[in-house]
Amino acid sequence: MLAALIIVFREVFEAGLIVGIVLAVTGSVARRGWWIGGGVTGGIIGSCIVAVFTAALSAAFEGVGQELFNAAILGIAAVMLIWHNVWMAQHGRELAREMRTTGQEVASGAKTLLALAIVVGVAVLREGVEVVLFLYGVLASGDTGLHVAGGGLVGLLLGALVSWLTFIGLLKIPSRHLFLVTSLLLAFLAAGLASQSIAFLERAAIVTALDTIVWDSSFILADSSLLGRALHTLIGYSDQPTAMQLVVYVTTLAVIFTLMKVTTPRRIVPASVTHAMRQSALSR
Amino acid sequence: MRSLMQTTKWAGVAALVAVAMLLNGASSAQEGAAVVHLSVKNHQFVPAEIKGPANRPITLRIKNLDAKPMEFESVSLRVEKVIAGNSEGIINLRPLQPGRYNFLDDFNQSTKGTLVIQ
Repeated sequence: MLAALIIVFREVFEAGLIVGIVLAVTGSVARRGWWIGGGVTGGIIGSCIVAVFTAALSAAFEGVGQELFNAAILGIAAVMLIWHNVWMAQHGRELAREMRTTGQEVASGAKTLLALAIVVGVAVLREGVEVVLFLYGVLASGDTGLHVAGGGLVGLLLGALVSWLTFIGLLKIPSRHLFLVTSLLLAFLAAGLASQSIAFLERAAIVTALDTIVWDSSFILADSSLLGRALHTLIGYSDQPTAMQLVVYVTTLAVIFTLMKVTTPRRIVPASVTHAMRQSALSR
Repeated sequence: MRSLMQTTKWAGVAALVAVAMLLNGASSAQEGAAVVHLSVKNHQFVPAEIKGPANRPITLRIKNLDAKPMEFESVSLRVEKVIAGNSEGIINLRPLQPGRYNFLDDFNQSTKGTLVIQ
């Protein structure tokens, strides 16, 4: 029962951190519950489907189908986060102003909710497959089924608690800093996902360039420890990163911050003024 | 602003195309890799100790002969791979230094084995 609890908690914990952050990021957006709930549900359904086809997936692409699948979904999640962050850098200010002036919930923020729902779905899918396979294996053997299901359920609830605590913790941040903090969190999350995606391609022996391990910090903080896992999920920490992983990590961060910088409006100009400027520029 | 969204979208498409091209040109079997076979039966690795050459890529081929799925995991080898019941998993290892590398079935942690690199 304890083994089941630990395995399920470990997986749900990782997905839970991401769900908690996304909940905090989308704090004021209308109907976000539907999108995030949809992402979680889609991830769970996806997990069951992938679990059923594990053998076929493993055998695909000369035995590296699983690695390619993981690399692809992590890559997609990273791209979605980059898109979200850049979009928010562009529109975040006007959204905040609209909210203040009209006091209404922001409906237009729903644009990047799809991106975030996909990120949540991927996070759940990735961890969920293992949980489903593990529980299936246990239930199939029959003997200790109920105990293990109980352990799994406790693990699931503890994982959900982590998600909720992450959300609550982030909400403690004053709202004027929240945008900056969550932007940074998502940027590092995206960089971590991108470097993990590359790590899967390295495992599949598809990316072999720059594959020397740059450092080994497992004696300070091992990937397998709880803190190591949390940092692995949040910022892509690895105790033995390859040069390629570091290159991808730094490049992703550079791309996000450059795009955010380039697209953030320099000054806050009332919409009527920008409209007038655009009109005069057009008439010229 | 719209142009930037377009740019971002195109960047995404370009990334996918790049990945597709990578995959197309790639062959997953590592060139010059030593192949080491291993199986799992009744929650035991057979053999429990396997040997491999140092400083050469190694391809592990693991047959799960049990009906239940297992997860081949090793901290020191940096490997984590689910292998479905009655199927085979392939794991590519980078060149390793001589030494002993432990692995286990994460779904059933009393199932343990060692890879000896010499």
